[in-house]
Amino acid sequence: MDLLGLTIKNVSEKLKDGAFSCKELIKECLSIIKINDKKINAFLTLNEDGALKKADEFDNLIKNDKEIFKKKPLLGIPMGVKDLYTTRGIITTAGSKIIKDYNPPFNATVIRRLIDAGVIIVGKTNEDAWGHGSSGENTDYEPTKNPYDLSRVPGGSSSGSGAAVSYGACLVGTGTDTGSSVRLPAGYCNLVGLKPTYGRVSRYGVIAMASSFDSIGHMTKTVYDNAKVLEVTAGVDPYDGTTVPIRVDKYTKVLGQNIKGLKIGLPKEYFVEGLDNKINISIRESLKVFEKLGATIEEITLPHTDFAMAAYYILVPSEVSSNLSRYDGVRYGGPRELFGAEAKRRIMLGSYTLSSGYYDAYYLKAAKVRTLIKQDFENAFKKVDVLIAPTSPTLPFKIGEKVNNPLQMYLSDIFLCPTNLAGIPGLNVPSGFADGLPVGMQIIGSQFSEELLYKVAYLFEQETQHYKIRPQFKNG
Amino acid sequence: MTKKTLTRDDILHIAKLGNLTLNENEIELFKQQLSSVIEYINKLQEVNTEDVEPSSQITGLTDVLREDKINNERTLTSEQALANTKSKEKNLFKVKAILTE
Repeated sequence: MDLLGLTIKNVSEKLKDGAFSCKELIKECLSIIKINDKKINAFLTLNEDGALKKADEFDNLIKNDKEIFKKKPLLGIPMGVKDLYTTRGIITTAGSKIIKDYNPPFNATVIRRLIDAGVIIVGKTNEDAWGHGSSGENTDYEPTKNPYDLSRVPGGSSSGSGAAVSYGACLVGTGTDTGSSVRLPAGYCNLVGLKPTYGRVSRYGVIAMASSFDSIGHMTKTVYDNAKVLEVTAGVDPYDGTTVPIRVDKYTKVLGQNIKGLKIGLPKEYFVEGLDNKINISIRESLKVFEKLGATIEEITLPHTDFAMAAYYILVPSEVSSNLSRYDGVRYGGPRELFGAEAKRRIMLGSYTLSSGYYDAYYLKAAKVRTLIKQDFENAFKKVDVLIAPTSPTLPFKIGEKVNNPLQMYLSDIFLCPTNLAGIPGLNVPSGFADGLPVGMQIIGSQFSEELLYKVAYLFEQETQHYKIRPQFKNG
Repeated sequence: MTKKTLTRDDILHIAKLGNLTLNENEIELFKQQLSSVIEYINKLQEVNTEDVEPSSQITGLTDVLREDKINNERTLTSEQALANTKSKEKNLFKVKAILTE
């Protein structure tokens, strides 16, 4: 079985046809993980027994119930779960040492929904501890490597999920995107990665990083697969008061519809000095494909872009310092001394920006700049339907390159965090390769425009098919 | 009011606010690293935010309430609640005394 090249769509069809069983599929996943993961470090915990038991259960269901694939749209699909997601009975560490032995008594809403839809959890994936990072190197465990080049980072913070889907260990990886953490690993690992609109997907049971930003997304090989998963995860959850009561579209239905007359905006502030020219060239090539598909392209402006990172690095650490205050070692986990360096930095930065005498100058000021950034996007979407921009200013960088300079590491997210400030969705789609490394492109829309983003991305993917280029484990 | 760099006392103060204890190396390292971040975020002072309202809830939801009723589906038993603690006594979390006689 060639799992590395399969998609959710392929696997569902093959399971239906009886080409292989769930058990065979899961055994294959576990065997791929055992062969490769020592090199990649994508997983922190494997759910071997649980996954095989579930596979047996589903194989019986398939035999006895012809309608089962309708009832469970993701039946048998192997999934890697970022370790920030609470999973009942499976150790959940958030990539940290402080809660290294936490065995949760409940499931996150998204996990419950995905399990109900038939996914099989093969394991919990590595990440920058608490979601703090852009490279995966802030994990309190061994950092994840990029399957396309093992000397390079896979992007963070959902580093393990990105690497795992990319090397064929599973077909979907869950992530969280507070400032970049789904789109950047998707960009660096040649995947489709969604940061949904804030409030589109429930945060309940996903360990909180910055509560007014956290967006619950996922990575897959293809646009169809990605849309299929969002159909399951999106929607109102009574346990998360920020989920918005707006209808969940049947996202896969619009795939294939034409995009003639679509207006694409290029934010001129994203095509500036500091953007690797190879990435610029790749994005410009991709834009030609959109023109061929009947879209028109115009330059637009997002005037406050230059201030987005500064606002982000005030508001997010402020919320982080509050959310991480609960780890006191009383109910679960160990003492606060066990926090890693990045968590300590963010707790301290947030404590500083919220502290007496500085609140107005930092937190309140940044919350006002957040309004201006949101308005920038609203103004742009009066003129165009979607925006297209590079996902990262650089190709996947070398492991160790930025670890001693937190500010440089923060700036990796410069094209990604503005959308989190505005609460709008962004979809990373593979734009091609440069120097043998994946180049990510993001398609950005107005709040709750996920259906449009998928429609636009799908036609592009059909034309280009970059997802078929698989990792070679270079420098391994 | 903003600052250009952080002093050793600033670092000790904000570590205390965050209930963190730092060693000597960390104090020096964080002083330098956080000062460069503070210097960067100070650029926000250039933005004119007169008459701009702050945003905290970005999709505009307000007053989301639920019924004031216990939902047994999301309630933990005391065994479940205590299952992950390293310090308990008679079905209770055991913590160090904060008040003394």
